[in-house]
Amino acid sequence: MQTIAAPAVNFVAILPETVLSLFAMALLLLNVFIPSPSEQKGYLGYLSFVGIAVTFFFIIVGWNVPSELQGGFSGAVVQDRFALFFKGIFLVAAALSVLITDQYMHREECNHGELYPLILLATAGMMLMAAGTDLMTIFLGLELLSVSLYVLAGFNRANLKSNEAGLKYLLLGAFATSFLLYGMALTYGATGSTKVARIAEYIARHGQVTHNPMLLYGMVLLAVGFSFKIAAAPFHMWTPDVYEGAPTPMTAFMSVGPKAAGFAAFVRVFTIALPALKPDWTPLLWGLAVLTMTVGNVIGLYQNNIKRMLAYSSIAHAGYVLVGFTAGNPEGIAGILFYMLTYAFMNIGAFAIVILIGKKGEKNVEVKDYAGLAYKHPLLAASMAIFLLSLAGLPPTAGFIGKFYLFSSAIKGGFIWLAIIGVLNSVVSVYYYLRVTIFMYMKKPEEEFDWLTINPPIVLSLSLAVIGVIVPGVVPGYILSLAQSALQ
Amino acid sequence: MDFTILNLMTFLPLIGALLLLFIPKENHGPLRAVALGVSLVTFLVSLPLVTGFIPNAEFQFVKDVPWIAAGPFEMRYHIGIDGISLWLVMLTTFIMPIAILSTWTAVEEMVKEYMICLLLLEVGMLGTFISLDLFLFYIFWEIMLIPMYLIIGVWGGKNRIYATVKFFIYTMLGSVLMLIALITLYFKAGAGNFSIDHFLNLNLDPFTQSWMFLCFAFAFAIKVPIFPLHTWLPDAHTEAPTAGSVILAAVLLKMGTYGFVRFAMPLFPDATARFTPLIATLAVIGIIYAALVAMVQEDVKKLVAYSSVAHLGFVMLGIFALNQQGVAGGMLQMLNHGVSTGALFLIVGFIYERRHTRLISDFGGLSKQMPIFATIFMIVTLSSIGLPGTNGFVGEFLILLGSYESSLRWYTIIAASGVILSAVYMLWMFQRVMFGEVTNPRNLTIKDLNPREIAVMAPLVALIFIMGVFPTPFIEKMTPAIDRMITLSKGRQHFIAKRTVYDGQLAGRSPWSEGPRAVKSAQ
Repeated sequence: MQTIAAPAVNFVAILPETVLSLFAMALLLLNVFIPSPSEQKGYLGYLSFVGIAVTFFFIIVGWNVPSELQGGFSGAVVQDRFALFFKGIFLVAAALSVLITDQYMHREECNHGELYPLILLATAGMMLMAAGTDLMTIFLGLELLSVSLYVLAGFNRANLKSNEAGLKYLLLGAFATSFLLYGMALTYGATGSTKVARIAEYIARHGQVTHNPMLLYGMVLLAVGFSFKIAAAPFHMWTPDVYEGAPTPMTAFMSVGPKAAGFAAFVRVFTIALPALKPDWTPLLWGLAVLTMTVGNVIGLYQNNIKRMLAYSSIAHAGYVLVGFTAGNPEGIAGILFYMLTYAFMNIGAFAIVILIGKKGEKNVEVKDYAGLAYKHPLLAASMAIFLLSLAGLPPTAGFIGKFYLFSSAIKGGFIWLAIIGVLNSVVSVYYYLRVTIFMYMKKPEEEFDWLTINPPIVLSLSLAVIGVIVPGVVPGYILSLAQSALQ
Repeated sequence: MDFTILNLMTFLPLIGALLLLFIPKENHGPLRAVALGVSLVTFLVSLPLVTGFIPNAEFQFVKDVPWIAAGPFEMRYHIGIDGISLWLVMLTTFIMPIAILSTWTAVEEMVKEYMICLLLLEVGMLGTFISLDLFLFYIFWEIMLIPMYLIIGVWGGKNRIYATVKFFIYTMLGSVLMLIALITLYFKAGAGNFSIDHFLNLNLDPFTQSWMFLCFAFAFAIKVPIFPLHTWLPDAHTEAPTAGSVILAAVLLKMGTYGFVRFAMPLFPDATARFTPLIATLAVIGIIYAALVAMVQEDVKKLVAYSSVAHLGFVMLGIFALNQQGVAGGMLQMLNHGVSTGALFLIVGFIYERRHTRLISDFGGLSKQMPIFATIFMIVTLSSIGLPGTNGFVGEFLILLGSYESSLRWYTIIAASGVILSAVYMLWMFQRVMFGEVTNPRNLTIKDLNPREIAVMAPLVALIFIMGVFPTPFIEKMTPAIDRMITLSKGRQHFIAKRTVYDGQLAGRSPWSEGPRAVKSAQ
């Protein structure tokens, strides 16, 4: 009789996920067993911040773990530096979002304690996606992430738009997930394995399989599934509605974390499992990148609601990142890592300001509501300007260095037209980012902005974001070399 | 310890801006005083650059340290000046205190932010002129945009938002294409860094040179501005507050011409030869067209703005003549334009502050009410026209001489008529504003310049005469650097020092038949 082999358990490889999940469970229990009036849930925010910080510590520890301890569970996960870097990005996104959540939820009177554990679980899901070396692990991570996000998007259940966002995200998300799953199935059918390393091995040994339509369809469907997660055009339709309807802190979180996780899995599957198909997927990505940048920026020009504007901007940014992916060289991949990290700072920073300016019931989120902010709150206006200029890619911000790396990787890879389309797109984007600064600085204030309550967690989040935008913009060397060493 | 001067000079305004953050925003007096003080100290710090500058072709006061080293890139903090950038740096540090002093009473709102913007702008401008690393240059070039955008947009006239967005988008569009060319150039040059020495003497094929040159030239041409890319300039100038216009005219436009002299031409010599007719044509069109448009302007400030386009057309013509007189004339005219057009914008600012209008028809007979003002205005007007004895003459004369002796002879003949046109529109404007009877009763109570305003104008007027009568010290310091630039930009044509004869061969020679350049042998 055959004995069942014990799985190669190696908790070192999933330490951050484990720690974070444990925190999430503990917070859920705390929320149930420690009775507190429902409007007093801020302490859970602080606790989850602690949890994120502890997890971050394990990421730092894991950076120099010897390679034999990185993998585990029969090759289902690997905690290499690539995964660790992405995990760092997710934690940064989660930390910044957690800090800005309480005030908003309090204002909107939907301060339910389950929110924080859900954020932590979503983050754990992202981590699994980044670490997954088996299509099944990636899928599990994706589901953990998505299900948590569906709830988070519809969290403000008294608000119709939030409900719409949750439902829309669930329906379209489920649809896209099935594409992904179908792609995985076809890939498995063609190569006989779901492990990325084995798939690559099989293709290398049986070269003719690259002509197998089943594998090609599998690849395309995988790309569709991931494109949905990263909000690349033409699979971006859900983004504006969901971003607009979801509670703003969750929008901030959603616009960074899942996008980065999508890229992590996308890059890993395509560059490790399917390098043999690179001639096939490069033009695919080229088209995706151009379409995504252009759609995001051109439609972004017409937005008056700042959350929708940032939604289209986030679509455009997926396009910029796809430029680095299309280039497919180490600079491009390092550029993706660097860009997603700095994007977390600038985008969540911008959303933090949106939360501060907003009023109860998702009011005051039009661009014109920012008129004269610089006269009343010069520091807030200045930080918003810094985030927007970074999104627009102007020096001396991290956004510029990131774009410089992405576009130069394209030039190095010979995709000069892609780079030109990319920079022209960033000129287009400048217009709608500038529009906000025009209202903040160049129009007279119509309101007193006296409802603004600036509390310590938001200040902390904003300060971290400003530092995260300016410091890598002026001295990017350290983070860039970290990103590069993550590829080894 | 030479290098510390450049660093200190560039970042003193930044320190000043940080200092201003700690002054409460209601205290307008201290805010202005600190800003003025910082800019004055910056000017004083920059003075040793002139005295310590050895007139040779080398970069001086150089500082070169690693800055970013990651992956395929190495960016260095590489700064230094040569004869070409020396005077532009001096112009910047010289014009800043004047610009700040001129806004003493003009800006009453958000004074703190205004002063911070002005000082940050100075950092950007100085950084652009001293960068010898192309990446660093690009960073400073872009950094400049943001404070200028705010200066026009927040403190400008009623159409300011349109003007500032146009300015921003135009400049940005040009610079991103330059960025693409810059990165491609880096990869073509092989491993290394972004220091400019690295890119000189590359053997690029003509096609690559051409498109890269066009990308660089596009960015610089927008800044200069060359016809037909000039449309942002009248808007930006008219809407900007006085200090903004002064800085825009005196320094920012020079970034474009400086970019040609420092980067576009020496880096792509064959393309320079190929596109010289195109650029010269556009420059001449700009000279004539802008002069004609200036003639029919009703707004004094717009008139001065269009005169800028015409003047910069002369500068471009001189630079592309690519001989010693032409380039030296172009460089000198850049300084002259900075001084005299800067002064003109200040003058427009003075009358605007008094009457809140800039329409020529609202004035007339001011010379009786404002004798000091009239005298200064006359001097500046004559300098702008280029009357002998003023600075404008020397520059224009050298440009026309140089370009006449180059392949651009016919262009020069047409351009020379622009000199006459400039006399027409400037003198006609002067006559309508200053002479005749006082037709508008409100002009009867207008006050002459106060001591502060005289203090603002005095250094400029003095410089108009100094540069007009003793141009040699200025030219002497730039000559070696200009020679080097000409050698680099002329492709294979061997440069003969102090060549003054008309080089007839130059006109018909095809740049393509010359093969690879051999600059080293030429040196």
